[in-house]
Amino acid sequence: METESLVIRQARIIDPSRDLDQVGDILIGNGEILATGSLGSDSIPDGTRVIDGTGLVVAPGFIDLHCHLREPGFEYKETIAAGSRAGAKGGFTTLCAMPNTDPPIDNAAVVEFIQQKARQDSKVRILPIGCVTKGRKGYELSEMEELASAGVACFSDDGDPVFDANLMKLALTYSSDLGLAISNHCQDKSLSCNGVMAEGPVATHLGLDGIPAAAEEAMIARDIALAESTGGRLHVAHLSTAGSVPLVREAKDRGLSVTAEVCPHHLTVTDQWVLGGKGASASVAGSLAYDTSTKVYPPLRSLNDVEALIKGLADGVIDCIATDHAPHDLTSKQVTYQDAAFGISVLETALGSLMQLVHESKLSMVALVDRLTLGPAKILGESYKELATLQPGTTADIVIFDPEHEWTVDTSQFESKGKNTPLDGTKLKGRVVATIVGGTIVYDGPGLQFQAEKGRA
Amino acid sequence: MSLSRTIDTPEIEEALAAGTTIRKHVLDLDDFSREEIHDVMNSARSMKEVLGRDIKKVPALRGKVVVTLFYEASTRTRISFEEAGKVLSADVINMSASGSSTEKGESLLNTGLTIQAMGVDTIVIRHPHSGAPYLLAQELDTVNIINAGDGLHAHPTQALLDIYTVQDRLGGLEGKKIVIVGDVLHSRVARSDIWGFAKMGAKVVLSGPTTLMPPDLLLASNSIIQSTIGSLVEFDSDLDQAIEGADVVMALRLQQERQNAGFLPSLREYIRRWQVTDERLSRANPGALVMHPGPMNEGIEISNSIAHGGNSVIEDQVTNGVAVRMALLYHVTTGPTQLD
Repeated sequence: METESLVIRQARIIDPSRDLDQVGDILIGNGEILATGSLGSDSIPDGTRVIDGTGLVVAPGFIDLHCHLREPGFEYKETIAAGSRAGAKGGFTTLCAMPNTDPPIDNAAVVEFIQQKARQDSKVRILPIGCVTKGRKGYELSEMEELASAGVACFSDDGDPVFDANLMKLALTYSSDLGLAISNHCQDKSLSCNGVMAEGPVATHLGLDGIPAAAEEAMIARDIALAESTGGRLHVAHLSTAGSVPLVREAKDRGLSVTAEVCPHHLTVTDQWVLGGKGASASVAGSLAYDTSTKVYPPLRSLNDVEALIKGLADGVIDCIATDHAPHDLTSKQVTYQDAAFGISVLETALGSLMQLVHESKLSMVALVDRLTLGPAKILGESYKELATLQPGTTADIVIFDPEHEWTVDTSQFESKGKNTPLDGTKLKGRVVATIVGGTIVYDGPGLQFQAEKGRA
Repeated sequence: MSLSRTIDTPEIEEALAAGTTIRKHVLDLDDFSREEIHDVMNSARSMKEVLGRDIKKVPALRGKVVVTLFYEASTRTRISFEEAGKVLSADVINMSASGSSTEKGESLLNTGLTIQAMGVDTIVIRHPHSGAPYLLAQELDTVNIINAGDGLHAHPTQALLDIYTVQDRLGGLEGKKIVIVGDVLHSRVARSDIWGFAKMGAKVVLSGPTTLMPPDLLLASNSIIQSTIGSLVEFDSDLDQAIEGADVVMALRLQQERQNAGFLPSLREYIRRWQVTDERLSRANPGALVMHPGPMNEGIEISNSIAHGGNSVIEDQVTNGVAVRMALLYHVTTGPTQLD
């Protein structure tokens, strides 16, 4: 495919795959990265468009291991087209789509439908995730090899756990020659029962059924034991409790093939937000309490959990950040807290909210980029590492962002059909300026400044 | 400050107008100050006087429309709101989920918007989901909302009538020991009572099976409890010990389904350990009040002789409930636009 030549000048280039963090230029052409570093004028072909990168960060495009694009089946909540625009706006160049669609992604035909839809409608790469079990029902293994051959990124019954321990054991064993991870939504439903938010003082005060941390930790512990006995590849989806971090740390210390992801909201938002004050240390339920946009699985938890997760992410115990972008229609959220659907629309706020951790010096910028790029790529497998580097000669999937840009979240401006986020109206600092997939600019945001084209000034 | 709508005696008008905080909704007790609770108590006293008259009717809410919107069964709360509204001359319309468009799948929000469009002034709502009154308060513009019990969350009017009852009998709550026995975990009454009693200076001790206590209610790290009521609630699973020197003993309804859900080994064991009996009550202070929010399971959480014995103020609670609800309906429904 013919794509234009672009050069980004004087940007801060962060490439965790090469331990690179320096100010320089990056030249893109033919869909590939051609060169990085200090590029002299003579190394830039005529006709190349020039982007002024001063004050901006250039990094490999973000890879989201976990999002819900809702198509097929729930197009009133999200579509591949809208979800991919939202992803591009959020700096994501690759989105892994969870299979809790209708029909679920449990056979090659559905995989091919999504791939076809993606070619037609999507601006970013879409990698379908295949179900672990047929119909995502938790009784029989899906045809995992057929799914793998069709190109799924990994396996998951997300939205539900693989609840039966023996079936999880068999899934880890059966898939061990396929090279793909099993991403489990770790929730022991006999412990989470009817819970709608994290167990704790806020849940007690609001009279909402609590979900204990043990509902997650018990299943992670189970899955680690199964990964150990089978040698399978376990990936823990949306890890959310302080107690889960040492479980994963210890599994890694023992050399098991266990990885984990954490979501932006679990790193930045607490259960206090359910009281309606956007996290202000309110002790009474204001009239805005029971904000259903805070209802998500796993639930928002305490400050103690948030701090442990940030530390686990900074330490590398948690491998990557995944959004668990879960868009919903308004009607699914304009009901009582108990009736509201679980999920937050995350793609467009992810970077802005995560940059808070960098601004507060809790996470380095390089680590943040790593956990959004190389971290998830490693979990997907060797062949995906090309999407997480700025190495010359590789595919030009790139994000350009302004770490200092302050903006106010306005869901009416969302590309996603899901406007469900507790961050609506909050101020974030850090915003995507442009997203490039295969050398083509797929999102061109505020702050993108072209200089005169080289040779045509 | 003057009221454009008057009750027919100057004393009542004066009592209602004095120092009253104007609020649009009653959703929970957690945003009531001690002063505001005192104001409600004073108003309720005037209202109780009205209830004692031969002709129980004052024109305070004439021309106002109150809807009671009940998604759960109720005897005393619904009837007492209806009576309260009618004594104040409001037009009261009762609506229950069964027989309404809810059965056709109409959402709570759309039902609320429909009622608002009919020009209703106040909705009194009971709903099995915690926070349902907040949804209406957030989405409706002109209607006042009173929470008549939402899920496990709150039952603020019950707590206010309980405070009224204790105050009326014991002269105040400061320093009094109040023991609440039973299924605190699933009780909105307990949640609101703990809040209200502690706020008014009482010492609250919970007793019952540990499986039926919200664990974090008792944690020292519970900043919500700490910062709002300034003291920790105590828990003692041994009722015989907890009841020592109590001024008030409140038994909570034990729903029999809790046994099936595994919270209890058997009703028999519950009765043995936590039924409020004559023998246990003898350990409390002489003249201790026995309360129950109703409906009672006599013979389970409370013995028959206690429920109807000399210490019981259970029927007082019901009477006072009408007075307290009159006060709240009046405050909320007349609203700030009626005052200058």
